[in-house]
This record gives sequence, structure tokens and C-alpha cells, in this order.
Amino acid sequence: MMIRVTGRDGSEQELDAIEGWRVMEIIRDHGMTDPNVAIKAECGGSLACATCHVYVDAAWVDKLVPASEDEIYMMDEAFAVQDNSRLSCQIIMNEELDGLQVTLAPGTEP
Amino acid sequence: METAHKTDVIIIGAGPVGLFAVFELGLLDMKAHLVDILDRPGGQCAELYPEKPIYDIPALPIVTGQELTDRLMEQIKPFGATFHFGEMAQKIEKIDNGWRLTTDAGTVIEAPVTVIAAGGGSFTPKKPPIKGIEEYEGTSVFYAVRKMEQFRGKNLVIAGGGDSALDWTVNLAPVANSLTLLHRRDDFRAAPHTVSQMRQLVNDNKMKLVIANLTDIKGANGQINALTLTNADKTVQDLPCDTLLAFYGLTMKLGPVGELCAQQNIELQNGLIPVDTEKFETSAERLFAIGDINWYPGKLKLILSGFHEAALMAQKAFRYVYPDRKLRFEYTTSSSNLQGKLGVK
Ligand SMILES: Cc1cc2nc3c(=O)[nH]c(=O)nc-3n(C[C@H](O)[C@H](O)[C@H](O)COP(=O)(O)OP(=O)(O)OC[C@H]3O[C@@H](n4cnc5c(N)ncnc54)[C@H](O)[C@@H]3O)c2cc1C
Ligand code: FES
Repeated sequence: MMIRVTGRDGSEQELDAIEGWRVMEIIRDHGMTDPNVAIKAECGGSLACATCHVYVDAAWVDKLVPASEDEIYMMDEAFAVQDNSRLSCQIIMNEELDGLQVTLAPGTEP
Repeated sequence: METAHKTDVIIIGAGPVGLFAVFELGLLDMKAHLVDILDRPGGQCAELYPEKPIYDIPALPIVTGQELTDRLMEQIKPFGATFHFGEMAQKIEKIDNGWRLTTDAGTVIEAPVTVIAAGGGSFTPKKPPIKGIEEYEGTSVFYAVRKMEQFRGKNLVIAGGGDSALDWTVNLAPVANSLTLLHRRDDFRAAPHTVSQMRQLVNDNKMKLVIANLTDIKGANGQINALTLTNADKTVQDLPCDTLLAFYGLTMKLGPVGELCAQQNIELQNGLIPVDTEKFETSAERLFAIGDINWYPGKLKLILSGFHEAALMAQKAFRYVYPDRKLRFEYTTSSSNLQGKLGVK
């Protein structure tokens, strides 16, 4: 299983993904060694920071569980929010999301 | 210079770990002064998730961030710690057998031991990731209101959808020359009462509401003259204004603690302070680091770990504060000495 992540610099990376992990956690794990996909994710996935903001590729938007009201609230503290914006700590990997494509949004710099 | 407070231990940060350190130090007869930039205790627990439940505090199957803070405050009450809230620990200097700490408010504290319990750093406003925004900060871009008068006669844009944005919108509408509230969607999580006040102001033509994202700023020499906004359909528009007040929540920045460490030649590890796991002391004698701010092999950023670190730190701090006294290991359950200090005997 993998996800494709476009860094803030525009470079694309393929990251190994693990079922049941949050997309934020997968990105954070790789970001430790690769600054192009480093992600702040300050609150560690507790929906309290909005620094794990990603844009989901159009082809994948409908495959995701819709955002909860709390997630929509929290995105008020994100920047340059678009219709395909999500907080990546709220996307849990499963087989259907194998190949998921996301782009790191501004404001996620560690 | 102001006369210095003298105490046994200075604690930078009144988060859960700084608070519990008061308890462990108090059992060993050490008094503490705490400094925190926030206006109340609790650190992340009180600021970021007061209503959220925590499930991994031993013997408390469930407790919210605020409840945990309240309980810690109750637990440390017998030890009469002194709190300096709303102040940033700015400078730390070595003095004979100890440290002198100065805050941004000019408070000076001296003690034989200093404990850094600064967590993820001090809370600061989140800044929009717009290139060159620093140039405007303090002149025409602000993240807080110090004096309302500062905004008199301005063509002001307030960005955000939470309580701070809405409260200041309602308060500054009569003060500013023109006011526009800018938010990414036409729905607000601020208190419903304030939201309806804002809607009323819009109906009365006393302010404007614009639904869009802030994506750029225009201006020169520190003075903005317009904001570039991106609408939901990705079209772009300019909003003329001369002042921006942005409320996008808080983030934690290492801030002065980084400089404190640099002054003491402590080399940070990924922004964290390396300590040993016996005493949680830094490479500078008499300077300790506990809680989220420290690093050692196997470190977990958990409240539980911070509590443990506070207990071990206190053992070593005792030897600095009372070099001539012998340290006795006692249980609170059975020691009438400790129970006397806790005020339960
Ligand atoms: C949403 C969320 C959920 C969490 N859930 C859990 C959980 O379930 N279990 C768990 O164990 N942990 C949890 N945590 C982590 C836990 O909150 C932290 O481990 C804990 O708060 C660390 O405590 P601390 O006292 O070290 O630092 P903090 O709580 O970060 O407090 C540090 C304080 O120091 C102050 N400060 C820093 N620098 C300065 C300065 N120079 N001058 C003045 N003041 C300064 C700050 O303002 C702050 O108040 C969670 C965290 C978040 C954000
Ligand atoms: S990591 Fe903080 S909201 Fe996702």
C-alpha cells in the first residue's frame, strides 16, 4: 500500500503506507528523513492545530469519509483552504485508499 | 534594576509538568516561582484541549485537560508556589551558585536551581504563510490587540472565524473607519451571541463580511494597501485596506528558551533540550529540563513521563538547594513529616 505526496516544493514522493495509520502519521514518519514532505502536525492528530492540512487530488475526494463538523471547524485555522482541503490526521488508510494522492498545503511547514 | 525575588527553584512553564514539579519539590521543602506567558496554568492541556478527554493518566480513567489542570492546582496548593502569569522568561544568567531569570515584564527571580518545563515552547499567534509578511508586522499587520485606540480611524480587515476574531470585530467596528471581517466560509464557531451581533452590524451597514481566503498582501515599506483574496471558485480579488488583524489560532514556538540554551552552550537536538535520565539535568549544572521540552533516548511526550521526570529532578535539586542536608526517602502514605507538609496531619 502506498500514498503519493506532493511536497510544498512541488516534488512528488511515493510513500509506503500502513493500513489503519492516519495519512498524517505516514507523512510525518517519512518527513523525519525527507524535509520535502516534513509536516508540522503539531497536535499529533488530536484535531487541535490544522497544521496537517492537505489538498486531496480530485479523483480521490469522494473516496474519503466526509469531514466531521470538528474537522471543518478546525480548518478555520488553516490557510488557503480549498474545496478539496482535508486535515490529513483525519484520513485513515485502508485498502481503498491505496494510491491516494495529496499535496501539502501552506502552513504545514515544521 | 528591580529587586529580585529569591526562591529555591525557578520553573519556566506552568504546564502540567511544571505544576507537578511544584509538588515534588514541595515535599522536599523547596519553594518555587513559575513563569508562564499564558494568563493561567495548564499549558497545552488548558490552552489547546481543555474539553478533550485524556485516558492515560494513571488512576484517572478519564479526565479533561482543564480538570487535570484544576486537580494539579489543588494538589500543589499546600506548597504556596508564586505564579508570574502573562510574562515571558527572556533572559537567564549564571550567578554565584545559581541563576538569575528576567522576564519581559522586568520581573527578576534568583534561585540556586532553574527548571525548564517549557513544553513545546511558548504560545504565539499562527502567522499566515505569506512571503514577506514579517516586513509588515507591528506596523500594519497585527495578531493581537494591545490597545484599541491603535485601530482608530483605520481601514481594518479582521481575518478568522473564532472567538477572538468575532469579539474584536464587534468591539472595533465603532473604532475603525471601516471594518471588514474576512473568513473562509459563511459559518462561525465563535459564540452564537457574538456572531449575531456581527450579523446585525453587517445589516446596519456598519461593517462588511467577505467570504474568501487570504492568499497575499500588497504594500510597501511595512504599510499594506490591499489584501489578495482567493474565492472558493479560485477567482482572485483585491481588498483595499491599511490594517490587518489576523486570528488563525496559536502555535508553540521555542522562542527565548532556544536563546537561553544557546547562551549556556546547550546544543539542542531537533529543537529539544538533551538531558540525562537520572536527574534530567542539562549539560549546564543546576539547570534542568522536564516534560515535552526535553529529549533523551526513548523519550515519550506524555504527561506521565513528565511527572516521573519531575520527581527525579527534585531529588537532585534538593542537593543543590540544601547541600548540607541528608535526603531521606519517604512515602506520603506513612510519613508524618510529608503529611505535615501536605497539611493533612
Ligand atoms: C490535543 C492534544 C492532546 C493530548 N493528549 C494527551 C494524552 O491523552 N495523554 C498525554 O499524556 N499527553 C497528551 N498530550 C500531550 C500533553 O499535553 C503534553 O505532553 C503536556 O502538555 C506537556 O506538558 P509540559 O508541562 O511539559 O508542557 P506544556 O503543556 O507545553 O506547557 C509549557 C508551558 O510553558 C510555557 N512557556 C514556554 N516557554 C516559555 C517562556 N520562555 N516564558 C514563559 N512561558 C513559557 C508555555 O506557555 C506553556 O504554558 C496531548 C497534547 C495535545 C495538544
Ligand atoms: S495534526 Fe493537528 S489537526 Fe491534524
